Amino acid sequence: MATELGPTPVKKPASGGTELHHAPKGVGEDNAIASQGKWASWLLAPAIIALAVVIVYPIISAIVMSFQADAGLDPATGLFAEGGPAGITNYVNWIAQQCASPGGGTVACPPGTLGSQFWSATATTFFFTIVTVALETVLGFWMAIIMARTFKGRSLVRAAVLVPWAIPTAVTAKLWLFIFAFEGIANKLFNTSILWTGSEWPAKWAVIIADVWKTTPFMALLILAGLQMIPAEVYEAAKVDGATAWQRFRMITLPLVKPALMVAILFRTLDALRMFDLPYILTGGSNNTTTLSILVISQIRQGFNVAAALSTITFIIIFLVAFIFVRFLGANVVEQQTGASKGKK
Amino acid sequence: MKTRKYLLPVAAAGVLALSLSACGGGGGGSSSTGGGDAAANLDGRGPITYVQGKDNSNVVRPLIDKWNAAHPNEKVTFKEQTDQADQQHDDLVQHFQAKDTNYDVVSVDVVWTAEFAAKGWLQPLKDKMALDTAGMLKPTLDAASYKGTLYAAPESSDGGILYYRKDLVPTPPKTWDEMMSMCSIAKTNNIGCYSGQFSKYEGLTVNASEAINSAGGSVLDKDGKPSLNTDAAKAGLANLAKAYADGNIPKEAITYKEEESRQAFQDGKLLFLRNWPYVYNLAVTEGSSKVKDVLGMTALPGKSGPGASSLGGHSAGMSVYSKNKATALDFLKFLTTEETQKFFATQGSLAPVLTKLYDDQALVAKLPYLPVLKTSIENAVPRPVTPFYPAVTKAIQDNAYSAIKGEKAVDAALSDMQKSIETQSK
Repeated sequence: MATELGPTPVKKPASGGTELHHAPKGVGEDNAIASQGKWASWLLAPAIIALAVVIVYPIISAIVMSFQADAGLDPATGLFAEGGPAGITNYVNWIAQQCASPGGGTVACPPGTLGSQFWSATATTFFFTIVTVALETVLGFWMAIIMARTFKGRSLVRAAVLVPWAIPTAVTAKLWLFIFAFEGIANKLFNTSILWTGSEWPAKWAVIIADVWKTTPFMALLILAGLQMIPAEVYEAAKVDGATAWQRFRMITLPLVKPALMVAILFRTLDALRMFDLPYILTGGSNNTTTLSILVISQIRQGFNVAAALSTITFIIIFLVAFIFVRFLGANVVEQQTGASKGKK
Repeated sequence: MKTRKYLLPVAAAGVLALSLSACGGGGGGSSSTGGGDAAANLDGRGPITYVQGKDNSNVVRPLIDKWNAAHPNEKVTFKEQTDQADQQHDDLVQHFQAKDTNYDVVSVDVVWTAEFAAKGWLQPLKDKMALDTAGMLKPTLDAASYKGTLYAAPESSDGGILYYRKDLVPTPPKTWDEMMSMCSIAKTNNIGCYSGQFSKYEGLTVNASEAINSAGGSVLDKDGKPSLNTDAAKAGLANLAKAYADGNIPKEAITYKEEESRQAFQDGKLLFLRNWPYVYNLAVTEGSSKVKDVLGMTALPGKSGPGASSLGGHSAGMSVYSKNKATALDFLKFLTTEETQKFFATQGSLAPVLTKLYDDQALVAKLPYLPVLKTSIENAVPRPVTPFYPAVTKAIQDNAYSAIKGEKAVDAALSDMQKSIETQSK
């Protein structure tokens, strides 16, 4: 990466006039490139240091911590004593769901421990992610198509659609908590007596409904940006050729909006995988609505180092999902821009 | 050659990051014992800081003003935290871990005392630092002690009260069975019979522990080991599970926290309600309350007499890192004087920790629930006193929740509770 950074600034002065690439090398040009490159890397250093401090350091620190045991109680003094190195015990605690047995060794974590909830929390997290992102994509697409049309009061609709997204998640969660209370609006409106936050599937749907309500506008906005990149002539040409509305959507809109759509889905997926505040406030994680992030936060109060292991696992899971998206599903977040600029040249 | 030059600053950044993480590794590794600190600065005098959660009813500031007027050289500064218990806890932990000398006296929730004491963060109140505890309610002292040593001065207390409808219940029940037999009254009036707080949160630990303790069981034994595989514990939790199964506890109670249950009672939808003393004022003053004139109060029902309430409230602890411990001790004493305690009660509706204030006629006229609360607190059992409280409360909540909802047999729930606590107390 550092070597690539070197030549880039050199092009700029050349771009105004003659083609530098084909011209014969001038005297001292090597030195000029070298010193400019050096300059560039020194100028980049503050940014790299900042990134190292705020990104690399916490990640490394968390990984180091995850291999340490939490402080244990010394039975003689009744005081906590340093845990020391733990090897991979903290990871075993989560992935194999093995807890320390009182008699030494390990046993399967009994229900009521955080360790027993790792796989169910992982399943819940993915369930929420898949369902909410699917619903948000469909609804967001629909909203984007409406917003892309020209009609009276379009800007009003666009602003109104954005309102749920502008409300802080914690406030949204409280709002829906009142709606889903037993004596709340949801039950009054439909004349039902469902324990929305007190039984498994209603609780899951409550979280999903609240999340979809809140983040569909975000999806709609990103897709709208993609839709507006499509030139109107393409549609006109298709109309002249006699394509039906469905054909136009399938053959023009979908393929052309795909890059923007994939980025939107990627962002939402990564966001949904670390879902925390909605279920935490709405259900407190009861009735199988505990997500990985809720599990991490609960564990922090019981021991930092075991929590560090879980957050490392969560990090790897999210990283893998992002990797799959970018590598195999063509969600090009970064290269898209370089591709576009190449195209312009 | 070129590459190496460009790499230099990058490498510098990398080294910086590594050295930072090396520093962080030591700090992140949590606490060791603070043995040396507990013996230091015992005679130190000077300005100190008092740390407490949000002072909603403005009791702390007038008190500190009063103290400061009398002690111009040992002024107290008030550091106010948020009103969220979890955030208060985390804030204290962070400052203790950093060995902050500016957190001299801190207000600790009764359930945090053991954890902070075992981490070596609280100054033991013994020998030179001893506090006169005569006249204080014993359960409040138990909750402020760890392994037989007092680690904090009881500051305010709290206990559960059974509210009932005077118009429908002629004589309040004394035992759980009596109360359940009165549920027929609720049925004829087409309202719910009993509710506490059964949503899965800290309140469920309070209610489940009360059920277990009231039936003669206990969550932890004297050595801090779980003792849930007993007939008494089983009977206690089974009481709740059975009442939920046959509808004496309405099914929506599984979503109730304090406020929801108060609302249901105030709307006239419940015959009996277990809740904290704060309900009294709201139930008799709020315009929408339908129980204003028919509100009855009594002690929680037990097996053969008053039940064992869970204890709430706060204690004031002294940081081992404080530089002015002599002043801090004086301030602890100041917080527990009769005058201060009276001020807490009248100004902030905080239950006093001094036994005799509960019989103070002037105070009872102002806070009519005091006599009932006295019975409640005298019979109260602190929630499990353990340095592993977060793990213990989680074990209780998860399993009691399943048991009450009938998803898990009471036996199995208790045995899982027992095992969960065993695997996590090490």
